[in-house]
Amino acid sequence: MTLNVATRDAYGDALVNLGKKRNDVVVLDADLSGSTKTSKFAKAFPERFFNIGIAEQDMMGTAAGLAVGGKLPFASTFAVFATGRAWEQIRQSICYPNLNVKIVASHAGVTVGEDGGSHQSVEDIAVMRVLPHMTVIVPADGVETTQAIEAVAEHKGPCYVRTGRNKVPTLFGPDYAFKIGKAHVFHEGKDAAIIAAGIMTAEALKARDILKAEGIDAGVINMSTIKPLDTGAVLEAARRCGAIVTAEEHSIIGGLGGAVAEALSESAPAPLVRVGIKDVFGSSGDCDGLMKHYGLSAGDIAAAVREVIKKKKR
Amino acid sequence: MGITQEQLQALKDRARRMRIDILKALSGCGSGHTGGSLSAADMVAALYFYKMKYDPKKPDWKGRDNFILSKGHAAPLLYTVLAHAGFFDPAELCTLRRLGSRLQGHPDSKHLPGVEISTGSLGQGLSVANGLALAHRLDKAPNRVYAVLGDGELQEGQVWEAAMTAAHYKLDNLCALIDNNGLQIDGPVAKVMGVEPITDKWRSFGWEVFDIDGHDMGQIVAALDKADAVKGKPTAIVCRTVKGKGVSLFEGKVEYHGAAPSKEELAVAMKELDEAVCK
Ligand SMILES: Cc1ncc(C[n+]2csc(CCOP(=O)(O)OP(=O)(O)O)c2C)c(N)n1
Ligand SMILES: [Mg+2]
Repeated sequence: MTLNVATRDAYGDALVNLGKKRNDVVVLDADLSGSTKTSKFAKAFPERFFNIGIAEQDMMGTAAGLAVGGKLPFASTFAVFATGRAWEQIRQSICYPNLNVKIVASHAGVTVGEDGGSHQSVEDIAVMRVLPHMTVIVPADGVETTQAIEAVAEHKGPCYVRTGRNKVPTLFGPDYAFKIGKAHVFHEGKDAAIIAAGIMTAEALKARDILKAEGIDAGVINMSTIKPLDTGAVLEAARRCGAIVTAEEHSIIGGLGGAVAEALSESAPAPLVRVGIKDVFGSSGDCDGLMKHYGLSAGDIAAAVREVIKKKKR
Repeated sequence: MGITQEQLQALKDRARRMRIDILKALSGCGSGHTGGSLSAADMVAALYFYKMKYDPKKPDWKGRDNFILSKGHAAPLLYTVLAHAGFFDPAELCTLRRLGSRLQGHPDSKHLPGVEISTGSLGQGLSVANGLALAHRLDKAPNRVYAVLGDGELQEGQVWEAAMTAAHYKLDNLCALIDNNGLQIDGPVAKVMGVEPITDKWRSFGWEVFDIDGHDMGQIVAALDKADAVKGKPTAIVCRTVKGKGVSLFEGKVEYHGAAPSKEELAVAMKELDEAVCK
């Protein structure tokens, strides 16, 4: 798979397009506009861009005020600071009053690389997902990011969109139609289904190829909306394949794996193996090294599929 | 108290050699924060080689003074000064930011002895410094606590919450040094989100404030000595600095906030720092 565009870059471009179409769109950043790519919007619409400085809590509160004032604010910084530092501002000033604020955070997950554990957000999905009214989206590629940004602009209410630092392969064609709350089934599969999000969808597709050579038919489902979860797609996959693997660049606690586990256990219990970060913090390193170190590679997903199939036969 | 001309000269040379090692580590790794490591090098050299009490062989020694790098992205500076001070072999500096290294992209106290507290998320260090200062007071111990903050970092509200706490509890065993280099990531601090007047702010929060040239070793040493004598309130030393100080390629350049020197840039920088010896 060739690496094409980073989801943060797709976000930056999508914002500019949105800014052209709607003049209620305003953008806020906290001294990381070059990294989150809101700098593109800042350049195109300087009067509608607000750099709040290194003050994430203030940024979220300001975004709330802009929303009350009838604007459509997009607030961006690194995922760890957006969802961690400013969590209670998001809870009290954005979600509780159900305001129309879009939080689009970049540099999520361990693929931030060398900056290390303090900067690698591996719990953002969990802490956003738990908030009432919040929609949580983790796009897999540039195409899906572009469409997700358009979708959240149309959606009324708080949204969290997670983007990444590095270039990722393009998985979707121009005919793809992203819808909030709708999973995309790449392959139905027979023996087990891999439910993945973000950069892990590409890894899941690679894992499917590895397994195919062994005669295992693994389904691949892209679950870009973590909340509201496409429970129907999860249950259908469980009934069809009888075993599920989740794959996310996030803690196995509270994120996609957690959400899928909740859905399965209530309605269609099936063996589940969660691929993700196993209740540890991240650390410095190169991307590929970190993916292997934390067990996030295609090979790790394939191993999880073999494991879950064994559980099925028990 | 008091410093001889030879000691002063030795401190200056220490800072110069630290800059060399900082840049070698950064360049070897290929990523990391150059500008803010260089701008704070003189004040940190003075702390470790003039002012602070510590035992590199016993990093947990009870009698030590504490250093907190609140602007944790200047980790290469902290690692270099720790290596120079004997906490670990300087050869380890070349593992900076690599998988499995104790020298994480931002300081991690659970891995590296000598690092008092993990930092990297800006605005949190001064609160921890307050906690340490309160602990020393409870122990009736003479230990002092030093924290280095960035000027952009002052935009975080928590800094001012901590500023209130330190003054309220009259933490005269605490000294904050502000690396006032005028730059952050998105541009000049004054353009992104103004923080001036910095000295007036700290003073109005109840702190003793010294405003100095942060690259003048004599002024740094004098201010650190004066801070020892301040009673009943914490001290802030606002250090006017140049981001990227010591290498003209990097001085005052916002692009080198988070960019490491290339091999070619390193060669130029080494030459400049080597030639600075005789000055
Ligand atoms: C809470 C938080 N927000 C954002 C960042 C990203 N960040 C790292 S360094 C930096 C700029 C710091 O500027 P300053 O404090 O002036 O440091 P210096 O110029 O000394 O490097 C930012 C925004 C961070 N590390 N922590
Ligand atoms: Mg600065």
